[in-house]
Amino acid sequence: MTTDITKENPEAAAVPPSGAAPAENAKKVPQGHRRLLTRRDRITLGFMAGLPTILHIALVWVTALASIALAFTTWDGIGFDSIKWVGLQNFKELFEQNPQFWPAVQHNVIWFVVLIVIPTPLGLFLAVQLDKKIRFSRVYQTAFFLPVVLSMAVIGFVWQLIYNPDTGLINSIIGANEPGKYIDWIGDPDLNLWAILVAASWRHTGYMMILYLAGLKGVDPSLREASSLDGANEWQTFKNVIFPTLRPTNTVVLVVTIIEALRAFDLVFVFNKGAEGTELLSILVTNNIIGESSRIGYGSAIAVVLLLISLVVIIPYLVATFRKERRA
Amino acid sequence: MSTPTATLGKQRTPVRPGRILLHLFLASMALVWIGPLAWAIYSALRPYAETSEKGYVSWPDTLNFDNFTNAFTQSDMSHYFVNTMIIAVPAVLLTLFLSSMVAFYVSRFDFRLNLALLLVFTAGNLLPQQVIITPLYRLYLLIDLPGITMSGKLYDSALGLVLIHVAFQSGFCAFVLSNYMRSLPHELTEAALVDGASVWRQYWQIVLPLCRPAMAALATLLSIWIYNDFFWALVLISTGENMPITSALNNLTGAYFTDPNLVAAGALLTAIPTLIVYFVLQRQFVSGLTLGANKG
Repeated sequence: MTTDITKENPEAAAVPPSGAAPAENAKKVPQGHRRLLTRRDRITLGFMAGLPTILHIALVWVTALASIALAFTTWDGIGFDSIKWVGLQNFKELFEQNPQFWPAVQHNVIWFVVLIVIPTPLGLFLAVQLDKKIRFSRVYQTAFFLPVVLSMAVIGFVWQLIYNPDTGLINSIIGANEPGKYIDWIGDPDLNLWAILVAASWRHTGYMMILYLAGLKGVDPSLREASSLDGANEWQTFKNVIFPTLRPTNTVVLVVTIIEALRAFDLVFVFNKGAEGTELLSILVTNNIIGESSRIGYGSAIAVVLLLISLVVIIPYLVATFRKERRA
Repeated sequence: MSTPTATLGKQRTPVRPGRILLHLFLASMALVWIGPLAWAIYSALRPYAETSEKGYVSWPDTLNFDNFTNAFTQSDMSHYFVNTMIIAVPAVLLTLFLSSMVAFYVSRFDFRLNLALLLVFTAGNLLPQQVIITPLYRLYLLIDLPGITMSGKLYDSALGLVLIHVAFQSGFCAFVLSNYMRSLPHELTEAALVDGASVWRQYWQIVLPLCRPAMAALATLLSIWIYNDFFWALVLISTGENMPITSALNNLTGAYFTDPNLVAAGALLTAIPTLIVYFVLQRQFVSGLTLGANKG
């Protein structure tokens, strides 16, 4: 008998779960959409998502995968017969023999370090100042942000007017614009990367300022009030209250800055076509296409290095972002 | 209530000298930031003969717009502006159209692969362009389009540039728009669904009109990005005739290398459309930049 009762009890206990079933259904309500969709709707939806996806995957992802495949081949680009599998030879040559490769990697790293150490904190500092609801805030913002609106090519030309050895602003001011006294800001391999980075930082500061201003707008004003009630000074409030709440913005800023450093191209190309002292990975890839020698496999190997470095940034960022999305 | 206002009032007064210092600092920084552009304008306004005689850092005798008119007429700039428009206008419209459809699909329905699809788009937009350029260049050379493009290929054609701009930028736009659409209440489309509205109607007449602010912000941002593009045009366009304005400028400087004043004028002319767009649509531009960024 007792066993019967216990046997009965679970069954009785099984009733509430069946009662909970509607709740489970309620959770799945959006799924019900699908049943409501007519055949035509489903075709429409397939078209709406399919067309853009095909275009995006064909031009972006298929080519990215093709880059990886081509990196293990040699190909002169004339006919498909000349494609030959060479294994890791391109990479070997790249790492061991190409005199431009390691400087390019180094310059990409320097590019990132400079952007994150100088214009990024400066942009944050300016954003904090402009966030104080001061007068003429709009005017200041426009001045700092203006370079971001310009194309990198235009920025390159504008800064050449400053760096030009004989007609440029700097040499004219310091009297180095005569033969024999020239300081060659664009040509000297010890100077040119830094000269270009000044121009890049000029632009990056405004970009960072805007991102941080948007982030600061999202900071709850009551936090600030509470901290001033606690007697914290401006620096303490910033360090202990404001900055920690800017975490999402900091993530974006970091990702944007790394990607900008990896993408850096236009400015250098306009300045001196990536000649000695300003080699970058992006320049090396491009030189294999628009230069005289078309070494497709070799160029792709450099692109793969660039891809791998970017994925180290892109993947963790996307994982974090999309995990948040799913929760939301 | 009275305590916080009292403390605030107390803090306001001694802050004043600090405010003046802050304004001095910000104003001088702003001047430094405007400096390079101001210098370019100053150089462009002076005749080359004068600067070569007196030096660039000197007081001007004559200031005029000759360099601007010369740069505009001698280099056939209007032609390159038209080239840019032929690329940028369809590219912006198509990007918005296609990415809004993807965003609608991803954000308003619960299909299993939605998140993965959005991930593919978003990640694609983060790749450096050089990662895909070599195969893309080869692909463009392979695709024959006789009679459709001037070059008979996808390479060296406006169509080719439009396609890669759309493919690349739709990643960013799909991400931003899907976030935006997700914030719209589900009841809106559910009511329409019950009334028997087709999926297309829900998209075109309900969701899309509500996305107008986000679309406007993205349109502003995309116009400036695509107008400013240098890289795609540099690699995928070979004929000088077909180049958009930014890469054409690069070609032209060779011819005017001896006259930096003329180069300055040319570069500034190139920048004018973006500056106009920025000053007119400033709010949209900035909100577009931060729409994507705040979600991180």
